[in-house]
Amino acid sequence: MPAEPLVIKPRVADFKKPLVGILKKWKTFLISRFLPPLIVMTILVGVWELTCSRPDASLPSASAMLEQSWELIVNPFYDNGGNDVGMAWQILASLERVAYGYLIAVVVGVSLGVLIGQSTWALRGLDPVFQVLRTVPPLAWLPLSLAGFQDSHPSAIFVIFITAIWPIIINTSVGVRNIPEDYRNVARVIRLNGLEYFRQVMLPSAAPYIFSGLRIGVGLSWLAIVAAEMLIGGVGIGFFIWDAWNSSLISDIILALIYVGVVGFILDRMVAFIGNRVTRGTSAG
Amino acid sequence: MAASYLQIEQVSMDFTRGDLTSHVLQNINLKIDKGEYISIIGHSGCGKSTVLNIVAGLLRATSGVVILDGKEVNDPGPDRSLVFQNHSLLPWLTVYENVALAVNKIFKHSKSAAERHEWTLRNLEMVNMTHALNKRPAEISGGMKQRVGIARALSMEPKVLLLDEPFGALDALTRAHLQDEVMRIQSELKNTVMMITHDVDEAVLLSDRIVMMTNGPSATIGEILKIDLPRPRDRITLADDPTYNHYRHQVLSFLYEKQRKVDVA
Repeated sequence: MPAEPLVIKPRVADFKKPLVGILKKWKTFLISRFLPPLIVMTILVGVWELTCSRPDASLPSASAMLEQSWELIVNPFYDNGGNDVGMAWQILASLERVAYGYLIAVVVGVSLGVLIGQSTWALRGLDPVFQVLRTVPPLAWLPLSLAGFQDSHPSAIFVIFITAIWPIIINTSVGVRNIPEDYRNVARVIRLNGLEYFRQVMLPSAAPYIFSGLRIGVGLSWLAIVAAEMLIGGVGIGFFIWDAWNSSLISDIILALIYVGVVGFILDRMVAFIGNRVTRGTSAG
Repeated sequence: MAASYLQIEQVSMDFTRGDLTSHVLQNINLKIDKGEYISIIGHSGCGKSTVLNIVAGLLRATSGVVILDGKEVNDPGPDRSLVFQNHSLLPWLTVYENVALAVNKIFKHSKSAAERHEWTLRNLEMVNMTHALNKRPAEISGGMKQRVGIARALSMEPKVLLLDEPFGALDALTRAHLQDEVMRIQSELKNTVMMITHDVDEAVLLSDRIVMMTNGPSATIGEILKIDLPRPRDRITLADDPTYNHYRHQVLSFLYEKQRKVDVA
């Protein structure tokens, strides 16, 4: 007589244990990660509230800021035409300029970085030029680029480009120079040509360095755009801050600063995340 | 005199940096036949790796020439594939992809994609690494990494297989396993092999001839010892074999009596 096939029937108790385990893990995660910053933030906001609640305070307190800027906070997407648009539109406009300038800086920066990483001659020729130009503050480029482009939009993008490109070039060139000799020997033995070597050995090996440069570059870009927009005008968070100052809407300024900081943080984490995914497994075992 | 498969003729190597010249190798002459297994042994710093790098084409000799199968050797190539001391696997590629990188480049025009896939798997099977095809080098042990390095070198169908202290970074047990694998592969494929080692037992066990180098600077070939032990060789049986021990004695006396390394003050 054939034996009965073994059937395992799932019971509720079988699901309970792993579920409880997952919830426990989330609880410890929330407590360990979110509680400390939450407590610190509450203390800081409390201090802010107390110091600025006095009648002779020059800056609005936290509650005053919330009250005065409530419209802006709850309506980030309003559009009354011209420069009078919601905070989300302002930030998106700034991000658009950063995106253009930064992406051009990435392409040009990585290319130049590879060039001076590979060629000692190019390094000797270009490095002094880079080191001098690198120390020019981003805003100092603005008058020159306005004169050159005769239009505020490309000028702003140029300022972003010239700000972000230096860490990208330098980090890329260091990464390229630090390709371990063993990998180069492997490529020589199997006779990889230039393009194959670039794609299959150089880029993956230099990737951690390149992404460090990209991360620094994105932070600098965001700093530069806010400053540049204060001078250029148009839709953008920088101009919004400047305009609020001229209209003495201090609480709007504070709100804008908070948004600027948060967006900068997000940009940094995004590049770091992409970098971690791309270079996963790159560290030699 | 018939030309040998691999001929190293009057090779000398000097390294110059500014005013400083170090004479590493002097008049290295060696003839290797097809299918022979040669070990090069010597004290640290005597230039063994330099000899190997010259044969591999990674370095150009200051004078002298290396001729393989009638053609002069100048540049690196898959016909002289190298197994490095530090496996040198690309850490962002899996085990399969590391070997496939070499196979796909070298056999791009001579084998179809399916054949190349087969070939990659077959080489990994030869070193018993098919269980870890999708693992990255960081996820496998040192011995496994070295096996993949050997698979990669073999997959290039080299005329000469060059091993640069391939087991130096491994513990004694793993070393013994890999030595046995190399012997097994060697008996199957009948490759010409040139290996650098520090280990006297390894040299006597694996080779047909041992090339013993003098100390640097200006190191040259001191003695060449022919190992006349029947194959396949089993290390446990040979441990008691008088001929095996005699060969060991000869190598040891060369290294430690005749070429006593002078302690640098």
